[in-house]
Amino acid sequence: MKHCLYCDQLYIDEVSWRFFLGLNEETTLCSICRGSLQEIHGEICHCCGRPLSLFPEKYRQDQLCYDCVRWEKEKNWQGLLTKNRSLYIYNDHLKEMIARIKYRGDAKLIEAFQLPLKKLFKKHFKDYTVVPIPLSEKRHYERGFNQAELLARLLDVPVMNALVRTIHEEKQSKKSRAERIAIKHPIFRMVEQQSVHSKNILLIDDVYTTGSTLRQAALALKKAGATTICSITLAR
Amino acid sequence: MRFVSYLDKGKVMVAPEGLVSIEKAKSPPVSFHLLPPFQPEPYNESFKPNPDLQQHLFGKLLLFDEIPFSLEDIHTHFLNGCVTYEKGIIENNGRYSCRRCGNCEKHLFASFACFRCKEEQCVYCRKCIMMGRISQCTPLVRWIGPSYSGGQKKSLLNWNGELSSAQREASRQLADRIGKRGEFLIWAVCGAGKTEVLFEAVEKSLCMGQRVCIATPRTDVVLELLPRLKAVFPQTKVIGLYGGSEERKEFGQLVISTTHQLLRYEQAFDFVVVDEVDAFPFSFDKSLQFAVQKAKKEEATLAYLTATPSTQMKKRMQKGELAFIKIPRRYHGFPLPVPKMKWCGNWQRKLNHKKLPEPIESWVKQQLEKRRQGFLFVPTIPILQTITEHLQTFDPQIEGVHAEDPERKEKVERFRKGVIPIIVTTTILERGVTVPFTDIAVLGAEDDVFTESALVQISGRAGRSKDDPNGEVIFYHYGKTNAMIQAIRHIESMNKEGFL
Repeated sequence: MKHCLYCDQLYIDEVSWRFFLGLNEETTLCSICRGSLQEIHGEICHCCGRPLSLFPEKYRQDQLCYDCVRWEKEKNWQGLLTKNRSLYIYNDHLKEMIARIKYRGDAKLIEAFQLPLKKLFKKHFKDYTVVPIPLSEKRHYERGFNQAELLARLLDVPVMNALVRTIHEEKQSKKSRAERIAIKHPIFRMVEQQSVHSKNILLIDDVYTTGSTLRQAALALKKAGATTICSITLAR
Repeated sequence: MRFVSYLDKGKVMVAPEGLVSIEKAKSPPVSFHLLPPFQPEPYNESFKPNPDLQQHLFGKLLLFDEIPFSLEDIHTHFLNGCVTYEKGIIENNGRYSCRRCGNCEKHLFASFACFRCKEEQCVYCRKCIMMGRISQCTPLVRWIGPSYSGGQKKSLLNWNGELSSAQREASRQLADRIGKRGEFLIWAVCGAGKTEVLFEAVEKSLCMGQRVCIATPRTDVVLELLPRLKAVFPQTKVIGLYGGSEERKEFGQLVISTTHQLLRYEQAFDFVVVDEVDAFPFSFDKSLQFAVQKAKKEEATLAYLTATPSTQMKKRMQKGELAFIKIPRRYHGFPLPVPKMKWCGNWQRKLNHKKLPEPIESWVKQQLEKRRQGFLFVPTIPILQTITEHLQTFDPQIEGVHAEDPERKEKVERFRKGVIPIIVTTTILERGVTVPFTDIAVLGAEDDVFTESALVQISGRAGRSKDDPNGEVIFYHYGKTNAMIQAIRHIESMNKEGFL
């Protein structure tokens, strides 16, 4: 018996033949909380990793979703972010979990995502250098931690804090998509001592919404000489 | 934020980092829990405390983030002996406990690399995390300066209703206890009018300049009590506290609060009423007791209100440890409807075969024919959904409602207005919701969720109005349980006492 990391109910791991072979994975959430998370699988957009089944065919082009097609048309942003992969659909349950981590400050809860995150990392991005999306100094102080950095640390590989956020988050989220795409002032700059030259970089963030934050970060990394830039987020 | 310690005239002093010059500080800044022991400053008589801060903080235990005043302002009050800083997470031989919620369960503490205090492992409490994080580096701020009286306007009761003789007796006994330390239980049947029983005692307490709190585990009850108490105490500052309440920052002379929100208070109230003490199972009871014990002053009068006291409370009453009074009669004077038991066969199997149990079907049809509204209680949400679908073929207006239902409020409102003829529900509606001219059926009354107290509460929904005192209550079952029999006995014995 153990306590679910989210709802604190006591539960028992289902015993299957995997258990006897020692293949059983250590769970942290009860079956109800696990069941409320929607894993992303099946056909996905090759670029941003969102399930294509969620929207009608007219909003796709080959294996790309319309949003990514639009990004790739922009000269400034073309080819910056090679591919993003996300674990779950950003449904109400995941929204609540992420809100509890970010806004209530429950850092421990992030461990619920460790196993699936590691799997995703090993499958697609094994040799990449891991770089979390940073918070501004002010936001980082408010929260006491950076959730993207906590996620990156779950991977048990060296984490490189290569970026600094220079523009406060609120100012960014108030902008429309058009403004974000046209943005002239960079949101991120490189930490001077860190070199990403000729490296493959894997960015880590909690949510992929419009993709502009990740592309802004990719911009700074590309200028500093990074080869390929990909990303993992918890939610899409 | 980190803190520094320094010596001032031989005394250990502490200050938030940045408020004291580096030369003065004895050591580099550290996390709050690593500071050397220090004493609060003695109160400076010539200091004029900021009345807004005093009002905000008095009787509470708050995080810096919860106090809308500058750090400098708060610390000036510290230096003049009006506030003190205390550890939020207490460590004792490697075991942690939370100063705010009383949690001491190991699995509900965790740590993280903290950007504020720069410690690799800053321990925090996960139990009360939804109220804002208490960690080792964030002290709780407590007011120790002059007490705040709330302006002490006269608190007159503006109510001219009449009490029944049983209510009057309970009201008088409760009022007699104001100003005296101790506990008192009012055991009142559902529909006895227990809120009115409080008025006299609350008025007496307020007139003595005391601070009063009515605590209940349920937000629904806070929302129901708040307008009533505001109306009968028009000169008193009455505030309601529940998750998301806007009045959290105000000072209340009379505070109606969920037990959860009470956790922010300490040594604040002279008279505390705990409504629906038994509304949650024992596990919840512990944190409820902690919250109440912490929020009340040591010398406070503590009163419990309930229709169904727990076994533990009954034992204490029998032993004479807990003084109590019974109100065995409803305010309208009619006896409580006594539930009937009816065999309903293996209803679960019927449902699995997509069929309605026959007795339920005929009950619903009867209700619709008689044009009487009805509650149909069921044990679980999946059963609720199946049954509701079935019943909607009889009348599309029939609805099901459960605790997580996003339309819960609206549906209950529609039932109150008579739009919904039959409402299918889990035990969430066992308390509080009163609609005249209703009958009650419980499907699967043998299920474990239907304890004696739950069944008594459910039965208490019927016959609430004096124009319809004889609502019908039926327990449909697949095997009688002790809980069902006890519930019926409970109601019968209350009726007997009521008519002695």
